[in-house]
Amino acid sequence: MDLSFLFFYLFAAVAVGAALVVVLNRNILHCAMALVLMFFAIAALFLMLGAEFIAAVQVLVYAGAIMVLFLFVILLIQIDRVQMLRFAHRQSPLVVIIAVLLLAELLYMIIRGTLGIAPGGADAAAAGAASGSTEAFGALLYTTYLFPFEVASVLLLAAMIGAILLARLDKEEVGGVSRQDMS
Amino acid sequence: MIEWVWLIPALPAAGVIINGLLGNRYIKERAHYVGVGSTALSLLVALFVIGAAIKNPGPHNVRLFDWVVAGSLHVDVAFLVDPLSAVMLFVVCGVGFLVHVYSIGYMRGDPGYPRFFTWLNLFMFSMLLLILGNNYLLMFVGWEGVGLCSYLLIGYWFERKSASDAANKAFIVNRIGDAGFLLGIFLIFKTFGSLAYAQVFAAAPGALSTGVATAIGIALFIGAVGKSAQLPLYVWLPDAMEGPTPVSALIHAATMVTAGVYMVARSAVIYNLAPDALLVVAVVGALTAIFAASIGLVQNDIKRVLAYSTVSQLGYMFLALGVGAYISGIFHLMTHAFFKGLLFLGSGSVIHAMSGEQDMRRMGALRKHIPITAITFYIGALAISGIPPFAGFWSKDEILAEAFKSGHYVLWIIGVATALMTAFYMFRLIYLTFYGASRVAEHAAHHLHESPPSMTAPLVILAGLSIIGGAIPGFPPEKGMFHAFLSQVPGMAPAGGGHAGLVGTALAAQEGAQAAHELSSAMHWFLILLSVAVAVAGWALAKHFYVRRPHLPERLARRFGGLYRLLLNKYWVDEIYDAVIVNPCKRFATFLWNFDAWVIDGIVNATSRLTVLNADFSAFFDRYTVDGAVNGLASVLQGWAGVFRRLQTGFVQNYALAMLLGIFAIVSLYLFV
Amino acid sequence: MISLQHYLALGAILFAIGVVGVLTRRNAILILMAIELMLNGVNITLIAFARHAGNLTGQIFVLFIITVAAAEAAVGLALVIALFRGRDTLNVDEIHLLKW
Repeated sequence: MDLSFLFFYLFAAVAVGAALVVVLNRNILHCAMALVLMFFAIAALFLMLGAEFIAAVQVLVYAGAIMVLFLFVILLIQIDRVQMLRFAHRQSPLVVIIAVLLLAELLYMIIRGTLGIAPGGADAAAAGAASGSTEAFGALLYTTYLFPFEVASVLLLAAMIGAILLARLDKEEVGGVSRQDMS
Repeated sequence: MIEWVWLIPALPAAGVIINGLLGNRYIKERAHYVGVGSTALSLLVALFVIGAAIKNPGPHNVRLFDWVVAGSLHVDVAFLVDPLSAVMLFVVCGVGFLVHVYSIGYMRGDPGYPRFFTWLNLFMFSMLLLILGNNYLLMFVGWEGVGLCSYLLIGYWFERKSASDAANKAFIVNRIGDAGFLLGIFLIFKTFGSLAYAQVFAAAPGALSTGVATAIGIALFIGAVGKSAQLPLYVWLPDAMEGPTPVSALIHAATMVTAGVYMVARSAVIYNLAPDALLVVAVVGALTAIFAASIGLVQNDIKRVLAYSTVSQLGYMFLALGVGAYISGIFHLMTHAFFKGLLFLGSGSVIHAMSGEQDMRRMGALRKHIPITAITFYIGALAISGIPPFAGFWSKDEILAEAFKSGHYVLWIIGVATALMTAFYMFRLIYLTFYGASRVAEHAAHHLHESPPSMTAPLVILAGLSIIGGAIPGFPPEKGMFHAFLSQVPGMAPAGGGHAGLVGTALAAQEGAQAAHELSSAMHWFLILLSVAVAVAGWALAKHFYVRRPHLPERLARRFGGLYRLLLNKYWVDEIYDAVIVNPCKRFATFLWNFDAWVIDGIVNATSRLTVLNADFSAFFDRYTVDGAVNGLASVLQGWAGVFRRLQTGFVQNYALAMLLGIFAIVSLYLFV
Repeated sequence: MISLQHYLALGAILFAIGVVGVLTRRNAILILMAIELMLNGVNITLIAFARHAGNLTGQIFVLFIITVAAAEAAVGLALVIALFRGRDTLNVDEIHLLKW
């Protein structure tokens, strides 16, 4: 038994457990905290997969930036009004059934190897060393994928402007939407 | 110079961006500096390009960049400068510029002032794309663009229900035509594997069988019928008069509605191979001409008279195209742009003076109050009626002569009759508006005033063009410089002129027959005199009716009450369309909607017809539960009803659930099938 | 050595949990969180594949996914704020503007 198995199962269990908390807990703050925990667990798994840079980004962007944004919004909107969440959605049973069936199918595919993946082996381990290099990652990002990278920056700019505009909407403007709804 | 042609559409596009982004907040009532300025620069460049095209008729292709490269489809963004597009360029930029100037005065003080100029510039951009593109796809983009602008500008005063209805009507009716145009483009691509004019026209004589050529010709013509308001799709144009008058002048008289004429003339090579399609064009054109003119005889709204007149004159143009006289059709397009633009702007000036009144029954004796408008309007009327030496005479006479020469005598007679009606309704309009006793309402009479210089200056310029715009390029008939210039365009040369190589094989057989129809000079003079006589007769008739004996029209209307009502109600075409097409369509749509709801219910729930009935039943039940009635079975049935109703709940999560089901189905398919 | 299948299974489980969250929670913020769950499930799958294939393309993909996720979270939360101001609620089952 390799020690890495231990770590894998540990982090995987933390990730799945935290994910379940996010989906099941009634307190939105607990949900947010569980989500942070899950992000860290995933980051650890990324490290195990030799993706150091992505792991760092995961912690910085997801756990750092995005979650802070979530918490800001949760606190901005009077917390007591959203804290205790009504939960049972009418379509929940159906959703759970379908999701479980879908998961069963996916796992069946993964385990039975119907995806047509060659079994991982020595070559993967050898390549893993190379793929872990942040330097190689940067070189690839700024050469082959330079254009998508620039597009992504434009996307972020657009999202920023959009978010500012949306968050600034006056009450009347939003109210206009609801009036249309009435008609 | 020619390679700068891209600037011509680019300048109005820049105007759109500037006015569109900054207009409402920063530019406001100064929007015309951007709008008119960009159009003026565009006109300047256009004049240089036209000059270059006259020196060297090309065709010049100016390629900017690849646009669509997908499989065998390769479309460039590229502009074509040749005599035909040069003429269109002159019309669009010239009239467009004048209308922009006019709008400064006409639209002053309107709350949507920058919006108006934004859309007007957008229209200029689209229209220039339409006429300058060197392939059918680019033309289609412009075609849809002008359609959009037409919609936006008809509905410019969208707070009026009638305006927004008219905008919708124009848009929907145009869709029918656009579908035909699109089919035509598909057929062209399927046949030639290319959409560029040069390749298509070069390959056409060999690659095109008469059958396919006819199919393409008819499909393209359906597009033209929609855009250029021909029978049976003309109904949107009279309603389009709900838009501001400069819009009526620019879009619905001078430029956009002639896009169909341009498109057919541009496709002359294809049409020359399809005599049947040409015949359809000619017959539809002639019927539209007389049909619309007869409606125009009795309308009372000043703009509607002009609208029907436009439909009728467009019919003339298609008649010309249909008998193979492409150059005459384009000639009439140009002169028509001058005098109809003038007439519409003049009517706008009248409406402006009358504080918004459009009904001619409440006008009269206005010539003393608005002399410049009256004089220029008079010139426009003389031009459209075909009185020499005004512009309309030269082009209309040519069309009639060509129709006569082609041997379609019935079409020729229709054309002559339409000329009579045209003169009559135009002078009826003049006498009702500018002469006779004043019937102006009190409140409007106080404000009677001549329009500001920004409005009268375009009137005067267009009046000048209406005087000389026909005689200079068109003299002598059929041999003038306009013909010499345009006959350099492939396929447009007169059929009898010995351009057999360009005209193609199918028409070659007809050439002999047409040569036999070549007219003697005596016959020619007879035709000219006849068309002048008809015009003068219409004029005299109008004068007799509306000046000498003003009560005669009423008595006639009473005597021929049925006919009068038929014309006044526009042959009840709108009502017939409502009953025959619109309402069945609506019913069909409702039927489809029901069908949709039921079938989707069935599929998603994977239940049988029985459960659908069950759902109906349970929905019925549901109403009772909502009303408060408690029933033992309710829970079961309500559960069903809940499942069914949830399908169209508006809740995003329900739709997401449908996506999940879809993913599940796909994965299952992958696994088990 | 942990096999590719382990990571894929974990990714699938996270994705499925995320799906359940998106489809059953009523609170708009929680739905956004659940979407992050789904995205993380996908990310781990991609990284595992990248490792397996021995090249970095999968990692590049993940970087872009994180970028898009950041943009999505920003816009989504802005919408949540606007929604809360206008409607005084965050329950998506009280919002049915899409109805017909």
